[in-house]
Amino acid sequence: MSKNKIVFWRICICLLICAVALLCEHVFVLPPWVSITLFVLAYIVVAYDIVLDAFYDIIHGQVFGENLLMTIATVGAFFIEEFIEAVAVMLLYQIGEAFQRYALGKSRNSIAALVSIRPETATIVRDGEQVEVHPAEIEIGQNFLVKPGERIALDGIVVEGSCTIDTSTITGESVPVFVQKGDKVISGCICLDGTLTVQSTSDYDNCTVAQILDMVENATFNKAPAEKFITKFSRYYTPVVVILAVLIAIVPPLFLQNWAVWIKRAMMFLFVSCPCALVISIPLGFFGGIAACSKKGILIKGSNYLEMLSKINLFAFDKTGTLTKGKFDIVNVYPQENKQQVLKLAAIAEQYSTHPIAQCILASTAPQCSATVQEIAGKGIVAKTADITILCGNASLMTENQVEFEQSSSKTVVYVAENGKFVGYVELADQLKEDSITAIAKLHKMGANTAMLTGDNDHIAKEIATQLGIGKTYSQLLPQEKATIVQNLKTQGNKVAFVGDGINDAPVLATADVGIAMGAMGSDIAIQTADIVLMQDNPTALSTAVNISKKTLKVVKQNIVISLVIKFAVLILSAIGLLDTIAFGLVIAILADVGVCVVAILNSMRTMLPPRK
Amino acid sequence: MRYVLKMVNLDCANCAARMERFISKIPQVDKVSVSFLSQKMILETPEETFEETLKEINEICRIIHRDTYVLGK
Repeated sequence: MSKNKIVFWRICICLLICAVALLCEHVFVLPPWVSITLFVLAYIVVAYDIVLDAFYDIIHGQVFGENLLMTIATVGAFFIEEFIEAVAVMLLYQIGEAFQRYALGKSRNSIAALVSIRPETATIVRDGEQVEVHPAEIEIGQNFLVKPGERIALDGIVVEGSCTIDTSTITGESVPVFVQKGDKVISGCICLDGTLTVQSTSDYDNCTVAQILDMVENATFNKAPAEKFITKFSRYYTPVVVILAVLIAIVPPLFLQNWAVWIKRAMMFLFVSCPCALVISIPLGFFGGIAACSKKGILIKGSNYLEMLSKINLFAFDKTGTLTKGKFDIVNVYPQENKQQVLKLAAIAEQYSTHPIAQCILASTAPQCSATVQEIAGKGIVAKTADITILCGNASLMTENQVEFEQSSSKTVVYVAENGKFVGYVELADQLKEDSITAIAKLHKMGANTAMLTGDNDHIAKEIATQLGIGKTYSQLLPQEKATIVQNLKTQGNKVAFVGDGINDAPVLATADVGIAMGAMGSDIAIQTADIVLMQDNPTALSTAVNISKKTLKVVKQNIVISLVIKFAVLILSAIGLLDTIAFGLVIAILADVGVCVVAILNSMRTMLPPRK
Repeated sequence: MRYVLKMVNLDCANCAARMERFISKIPQVDKVSVSFLSQKMILETPEETFEETLKEINEICRIIHRDTYVLGK
């Protein structure tokens, strides 16, 4: 039976006994000892664990625990013959605690549900039969089946079958992706309409899902300044409150004689002092924010980064792969009428190269024959086939070989010559991502500045920057120079986030106040170096993350203010004695404590609601 | 070494905060975080003395709250 169920029955029994006791006292007018015995019984039923805890605390020298205070106050009430009050205080305390447990359990579960994307079973074929096993039993390189509706258990490569998969739990991207033989798939994605045979490339403990869960769960390890403030605060708070309570109990009675009243006030003062609401709701708020982010495919490695993100006023971007696709497209071939021939020759020359430009040319045209190639670093390629020599590269390659050629105005261009005679050129350009412009505009709208840091030359950088409307541009940078610039921006008083693809950016990611890696599906390096990881390749996720972080911080600040204000109000009321004019002063004190706590918990849950558009 | 340990019967946020404070005072504990929400303790401590440290931690937990303890790895 759960703790709350037990408490529920204890409360019921206690109420029943109280009712009987009141009947005995007022209706049947039995001698007082009967009802007193019944009240004591009711008290024991509802409060035995608190009293036991109180004794346990005394033995271990914990003098100022809640339990001990409750016990002293209620036993005191028995001695001044306020039986109902004693029982009622314990009753309300138990009800409040139960409600608090319920609310917390609920919120904890809903956060857990947000991140419960870990598959618990996988199907493998053993001796020609399909067997269901736990994914931990599958070794790297082993094949497993994924049926429609199932989650992919481990990262892997599709070896058979094709289907559309829902990657939204991992990337936050709601459009399903089509995969077929040879494609990489990520654990945690759901197979929608077909059966896949997947060869695993990771084991259970190291697959993407495991890494994500690990990160979300351990995010609380890196505490945000707001959390640290509370820890510090509660360290000084408790002793101060205890000293004040002692003063309230001792000083006024010296002049006013009224010991009982002041001791009661001191007790009340101690009750309302419990800093629970603060201590619970702040990490809960951050946890909710982190979970909300992870649902959108944004992984945050610690509460501190979430808090920092809300304060960033300058977003510095890497260009290639972050704002642009990092993939070249052919934008023009000269001369148009001889297009096929130019591309054909270029493809033969570039067929063994892994350079992005070569990849792009090869994607458009397949090479028709083999060739012996010589790569000239920084210039291009000289390729020899059975009957011709092809020169394929930049302007200096042409000049060096005394080829007369027509200059292109484009910045990324490949000139092609056959047997020393100019044939034509191919112009290429890196394409902007579809939503880069929106993403930058959204950040500007939030009041943040933007900058672009790139290794490319001035011309290209300026062109891209104008298209994007980005604030400042720094070009022709080496990776360590990027770090220096970010450092400078920081010393100018900016809070700088750097957004990169996480591969060559380790130094600058570390230098920035917040390092954000993007498009990290399956890339371990990015996950390790960055503070925040955007799983999808989509820069608009950035503004979503900033929105969530701002909302979280707002909720956390509200919680701090609500609980402190109410706490201080009740503390003052109890100290000046306004609460003991109310019949159940202690009851009010408990309600203030538990009530604030529940309000703060509910407020924290708001961090998980989708952000307002 | 960083350990992630499961906590049992940790049902008071203030207790978690106090456990964290006292455990961080153990000399061989480099860093500790007690998460009331995930009911976990993340602990950075040398591997060699882990068992002793765990014993000490459990003592502290039990003093702060009667039935809270830490499961081994």
